[in-house]
Amino acid sequence: MCLAIPGQVVRWLEKQPPFCEAEVRFLGITRRCNLSCVPEAREGDYVIVHAGVAISIVDAAAAEQLLATISMPEITAQFNGNPP
Amino acid sequence: MKFVDEFRDANLARTLLDRIHRVCTSQWTIMEVCGGQTHSILRHGIDQALAGSVQLLHGPGCPVCVTPAAAIDQAIAVAQQPGVILTSFGDMLRVPGTTDSLLQAKSRGADVRIVYSPLDAVALACQHPQSNVIFFAVGFETTAPATALAVLQADRLGLANFKTLVHHVCVLPAMEFIGRSPENRVQAFLAAGHVCTVTGYEAYQSFCQRYRLPVVVTGFEPVDLLQGILECVTLLETKQVAVINAYSRSVRSPGNRRARQLLAEVFETVARPWRGLGVIDQGGMVLRPRFARFDAAAGVGVGEHGGSTTPPESDSDADQRCRSGDVMTGRIRPPQCPHFGTTCRPQRPLGAPMVSSEGACAAYFAYQSGSPINTTQAPNR
Ligand code: SF4
Repeated sequence: MCLAIPGQVVRWLEKQPPFCEAEVRFLGITRRCNLSCVPEAREGDYVIVHAGVAISIVDAAAAEQLLATISMPEITAQFNGNPP
Repeated sequence: MKFVDEFRDANLARTLLDRIHRVCTSQWTIMEVCGGQTHSILRHGIDQALAGSVQLLHGPGCPVCVTPAAAIDQAIAVAQQPGVILTSFGDMLRVPGTTDSLLQAKSRGADVRIVYSPLDAVALACQHPQSNVIFFAVGFETTAPATALAVLQADRLGLANFKTLVHHVCVLPAMEFIGRSPENRVQAFLAAGHVCTVTGYEAYQSFCQRYRLPVVVTGFEPVDLLQGILECVTLLETKQVAVINAYSRSVRSPGNRRARQLLAEVFETVARPWRGLGVIDQGGMVLRPRFARFDAAAGVGVGEHGGSTTPPESDSDADQRCRSGDVMTGRIRPPQCPHFGTTCRPQRPLGAPMVSSEGACAAYFAYQSGSPINTTQAPNR
């Protein structure tokens, strides 16, 4: 649960905390995430997400490098609550 | 692949390893705090590659491992009440309480569900107005903001059927617990990168000076870890006591201001028992009184199977054979536990560190036979 996944903000859905929400894409998987802690994030930015909540904005190149080392099943397992 | 695989680059890893070995004039003992780092270290054979220069000890940074058995008993007691849907992270289900796990309670008919986020539990409460949806909240400052947001959302929505059992814990008091122990062998700490993303590392300055222990904020990829270790041994060799941020792509000195505000708004810190370690001063977070109506322990009463829903005051109920306290404070390494791999295995765990995907014993069991610095494997996230 402590493990973080980088994802790209696709589309803001709601900007009112504590309901700040955006669609965030993790490789091929898109999920609604809470962006209350990074309200300055823009569509296209990469964020580090913990338990559905983005806790930081990270440099795009660094995030893509990190994503290149993660597989889809690992991301799916995280979202299903069963980290490997 | 568009980008060079920089964080797992085998050549860079070798260069860093060589530099670490060159810098070290004697063997240093360093503790990585976070269970995610422990798994990455074991998975990539970093501990073996550093032999002779650095001994790595694995700290108490696995939230599943430090949740007291009595807290799991409490969650089971709550789950067994009629009309309750108990939710938690997947890792929590197999951890043994005094006699049972949540998974066993589920097999007996309790409605126990895995969620990825506490916010999913709030959504579940909206979908099931006739049920009481309880989120069993564990984790460090990384997951606690998500629980805080869940409570604030439930508050805004006026949800009467969402509650939490809060067992969040704080990292720095656990490092203090280790630092001030007369038996402490740790000479420097690698601080957990993602916890520091939330909390920042200003508070580590006074810790570092008080205990004369250098701290390096470190990430999780092999190259991140080696960079953090290189900074650490450089400080040790030059007798500098300082805090260094070796994970600047995610961590800023003040942390995430909004996440810290969320934690301060919803929780207060209190003394809490940690499984295997005992009571740690300021080591836990509980709901502030104004959010007391979201406290499942206060609101639901006593379980029909006799389990108490009173929050645990001690950790005397865990299996006494388990040496997890010695593992998490660096007194022994998992293979030195007499039960490791024999009476304690991932499928039949005696203690939590053998269950959790972030537990040190599970990491040794899974990777101990691994070869040094394997940069071709899939990463441990
Ligand atoms: S090997 Fe098992 S019994 Fe020994 S410390 Fe680890 S979890 Fe506890």
